[in-house]
Amino acid sequence: MKKFEPSRSGMRVTGQSSRRQLLGGIAAAGVYAALGAPAVWAARKPKPKVIVIGGGFAGASCARLIRNEDRGIDVTLLEPNATYIACPLSNAVIAGLRDLSVQQFGYRSLRAQGIDVLHRRATAVETEKRTVTLDDGRQLAYDRLVVAPGVDLRFDAIPGYTEAAVEAMPHAWKAGEQTLLLRRQLEAMNDGGVVVMSAPANPFRCPPGPYERASLIAHYLKTRKPRSKLILLDAKDQFSKQKLFQAAWQELYPGLIEWVPLSGGGQVVRVEPATRTFVTEFDTHKADVANVIPPQRASAIAAIAGVADQTGWCSVDPVTFESKLRPGVHVLGDAIIAGGMPKSAFAANSQARVCAIAVVDLLRDRAPTSPKLINTCYSLVAPDYGISIAGVYQPANGLLTDVQGAGGVSPLDAPRSVRQQEAAFAEAWFKTITSSVFG
Amino acid sequence: MSARAHWWAMAVAIATPTCAFASPPSGAASCLGCHAAAGAESPVVPLSSLTAEQIQSAMQAFRSGTRASTVMDRIAKGFTDEEVRAIAQWYARDRAK
Repeated sequence: MKKFEPSRSGMRVTGQSSRRQLLGGIAAAGVYAALGAPAVWAARKPKPKVIVIGGGFAGASCARLIRNEDRGIDVTLLEPNATYIACPLSNAVIAGLRDLSVQQFGYRSLRAQGIDVLHRRATAVETEKRTVTLDDGRQLAYDRLVVAPGVDLRFDAIPGYTEAAVEAMPHAWKAGEQTLLLRRQLEAMNDGGVVVMSAPANPFRCPPGPYERASLIAHYLKTRKPRSKLILLDAKDQFSKQKLFQAAWQELYPGLIEWVPLSGGGQVVRVEPATRTFVTEFDTHKADVANVIPPQRASAIAAIAGVADQTGWCSVDPVTFESKLRPGVHVLGDAIIAGGMPKSAFAANSQARVCAIAVVDLLRDRAPTSPKLINTCYSLVAPDYGISIAGVYQPANGLLTDVQGAGGVSPLDAPRSVRQQEAAFAEAWFKTITSSVFG
Repeated sequence: MSARAHWWAMAVAIATPTCAFASPPSGAASCLGCHAAAGAESPVVPLSSLTAEQIQSAMQAFRSGTRASTVMDRIAKGFTDEEVRAIAQWYARDRAK
């Protein structure tokens, strides 16, 4: 455990890094500069510099672990927001079961680790020169760059669903004001109202997320507005933990949730925000409360850095998470297509842990070892009813591939005690992961 | 612990005197996604509170289904005996500190 905990003593710094630290100290004291010896300094290999773009479950974690692994490496974290608002469990905020405040985290402890946290946006990346330009015009040099920017919602994918539409039809797919807006709209809705949600085709952030959200909104409706119903328009015919969700819907919310798959005309071809209307191939659905979860792509900086391909996502080496398009740039989390690994906070964090070690190995001229990664993802169907999916992954044929025989979803026939246990584990997981990243 | 496992543990101890600087074995990092740091209040047991033998036997029991679990049965099936041994040693070493 200590391995990943802050180590102020610097006991784990190698001889090489100690030398780097010493030289760094001298340079910082300005002795070399005063002697006019920057050339000598440069020739002696300065402290390696890592820049991490994005302060979420992947980026903040990676920055922290690189720093813990080798204090002789300078780590700068670029994150525009001073407060991080975590998405996992934010569906419970929408359903009035949880406060947004418990989803919020700051960067103080990362600063205490010696990470230079800058609340700035990266506007340009020059991978040849290995520099990142910030929105204040500053240019920072790096030896290795980690890009963990998450997703951008596409406002060019569903006709009518532009940025101007998000007030009338919130996405709430990035936790924060949108989460609260959707909650307020549900609270303001009359009993007997119709909630319409739309879910995108794969791939997208948090594959079971739309179905967890439908479940928890159904819980809210059942307990507060029992004459209401929820229609979930889906651009897919299958979804994550499908049998578990559907069995639970039958059991907990009979007749309340209507799931319309792609083959049943679930694909939304247009929305009309002024009337909160979803238009599908065969039908129109006018909502009292509308939630559009639009298609997504890797956040814009990934394309700017040249690590996103024509699909809008990033391909990486499964051992080091180095971009297949740009050497020296590692990409993590929801922005990548990680073979079998889903876009989850757990997966992002697992990747960050592996990538941090790989980045340090590469900076120390050591060969990174082939990793094995885990994903575990809990969904709440009700406050005391949790279900999970797990997977184990390893590199094979250039991709992160499911380890055969491992992983899978909670048993369909598990007793309620197991569902309760998994709901408790969901909360425990959230506490553990957020405290390991931000605590 | 079998004689072979003893031998293996010894070999690890001898072969990795600088293991404080070594990278975690394959798969070890992901455990910390759920298992809290030592002392934290959580229904998920901190790995640093367990011995290497306890971790190994738990993983074997999860894999064979003789120990009931929620997700660990599904996760344990993804790791070989050698990987489990290395991970167990890694966390036990942290415990020894």
